[in-house]
Amino acid sequence: MGKVGIIGVGQTSFVRQYPGSIRELVFDGFKEAMADAGISSGEIDATVICSAPEYDKQRSPAGVLSEYLGLNPQPTFYVETLCSSSSTGLKLAYSLVASGLHDVVLVSGFQIMSQLTSEESQERMARGADIQWESPFGTMMPAYYALHAQSHMASYGTSPEDLALIRVKASTYGQMNEKAVYRKAVTPEMFSDPENKMAQPVSSPLRTGDCCANADGSSCVIVASEEKARALGRKPVWIKGVGAASAPVNMAGRKDLSHLSVGREAARQAYAMAGISASDVDVAEVHDCFTIAEMMAYEDLGFADPGKGRDLIRSGQTYKDGKIPVNVDGGLLSKGHPIGATGGSQIRTIVLQLRGEAGAMQVDNPNIGLVHNIGGVGLYGNVTILGLD
Amino acid sequence: MGKKELDTRFARFGTVSFAGVTQVNDFVDYLEDGRLMGTKCNHCGLYFFPPRAHCCQCLSGSPEWFEVTGEGRLVTYSTLHYAPAGFQADLPYTIGLVDYGQYKVFGRLSPSLGEDALHVGMAMKAKADKTAAGQVTYVFEAA
Repeated sequence: MGKVGIIGVGQTSFVRQYPGSIRELVFDGFKEAMADAGISSGEIDATVICSAPEYDKQRSPAGVLSEYLGLNPQPTFYVETLCSSSSTGLKLAYSLVASGLHDVVLVSGFQIMSQLTSEESQERMARGADIQWESPFGTMMPAYYALHAQSHMASYGTSPEDLALIRVKASTYGQMNEKAVYRKAVTPEMFSDPENKMAQPVSSPLRTGDCCANADGSSCVIVASEEKARALGRKPVWIKGVGAASAPVNMAGRKDLSHLSVGREAARQAYAMAGISASDVDVAEVHDCFTIAEMMAYEDLGFADPGKGRDLIRSGQTYKDGKIPVNVDGGLLSKGHPIGATGGSQIRTIVLQLRGEAGAMQVDNPNIGLVHNIGGVGLYGNVTILGLD
Repeated sequence: MGKKELDTRFARFGTVSFAGVTQVNDFVDYLEDGRLMGTKCNHCGLYFFPPRAHCCQCLSGSPEWFEVTGEGRLVTYSTLHYAPAGFQADLPYTIGLVDYGQYKVFGRLSPSLGEDALHVGMAMKAKADKTAAGQVTYVFEAA
């Protein structure tokens, strides 16, 4: 089996109230990736379209969008794993290319969320959890992650102040990222001021500042076989490992709520496939839909032992110049989280980092990058390892 | 022959029910009678909460009802100050997970328990209850 490379990446700015339809939104990210790859539509053998359902009225978006992108009559596939849809799409694209079925596959992820009210959006998101046995109690994503935060705090003594430090780090890089929806600075003092919006309780112990914002956006990643990638010119970033896992949807099925088992399992698979360990990772994008999610990711990925994630953020080791830079593009907390687009955006960030094209956010000379993308409340997890060799 | 009538008893569960028809609809009647029930496989003995109509471990048994009784331990909890559409009138409310050893149960905690009174590990017991609108549900109280 030959190697599979990423030859082009793109994304729109993540915004509130995108002034257009899903077709136009998807086209914007697609155009950037095509320009990045320097190829024409005729080179694309298949498309994988990724989003979470019920945020817009369009059913079966793959057909509509592949036509709008000018990619008929090539086959198109629709992939959905909630917030990890586009990294699942990348795994499908990897498989299509590695199997020899197709040479060049385009993965497009998108979501328009801000046409719904925040309450409607929370209701949609919660229906990605257990609608039969949990939704009737009034659950929502921040509440599910709050249950994990409470458990992490009780098990390890992690504090709300530790979680605030993760948001502060996100804002450091969100201010540098022109694609981010939230570009203002966040300070620890904001969390200790009861009048400040960041400190407002959402679902204890999580506050507004612990939560990412809904947004509209699209991302696009173009994947090619080794032969095709080399023939098409620019130096590819190689997909070295793809891990994926699932877990019980109901919290009652979870052994322990201080971590996400899908993160651990997907990481184990991806590290084994790439033949590396956590200490080999030079830069990482992790799924920080909430501050606690990043804290658990430090531990689930092996950057810190269980319960020791707080030491990484307290000592600044996940900043750009630290031992393991994490989410130095602002993460979901600053970029915003247009569900179906998020995985592709994370992949784009790591590709730019490995190519040395991340501008003010550039980490010093990285060779191996990692993308950790979670769907639902740890219902799905994908870990992807990318590298220059 | 007329159209077969669907058994939609499950629509009576919780503040807002998102599933009307299930093969474990008897759960609602038991709850109405004051009993919180799970299922247990009559072949391999695996406990299920929430209840299931099928056993995914042995694939051959047929789950039977058992009652959730006694004390469990509070695994985690959260008080919501913001709610999804359909639940604003309930605010604030607390959800939690209780471990009974062979199974865990997710649900609401009694509004009479202030958040200051809660801590992970405390003993809890489940009680059948009704929502303000008369829907059947259950809550956890301090044991």
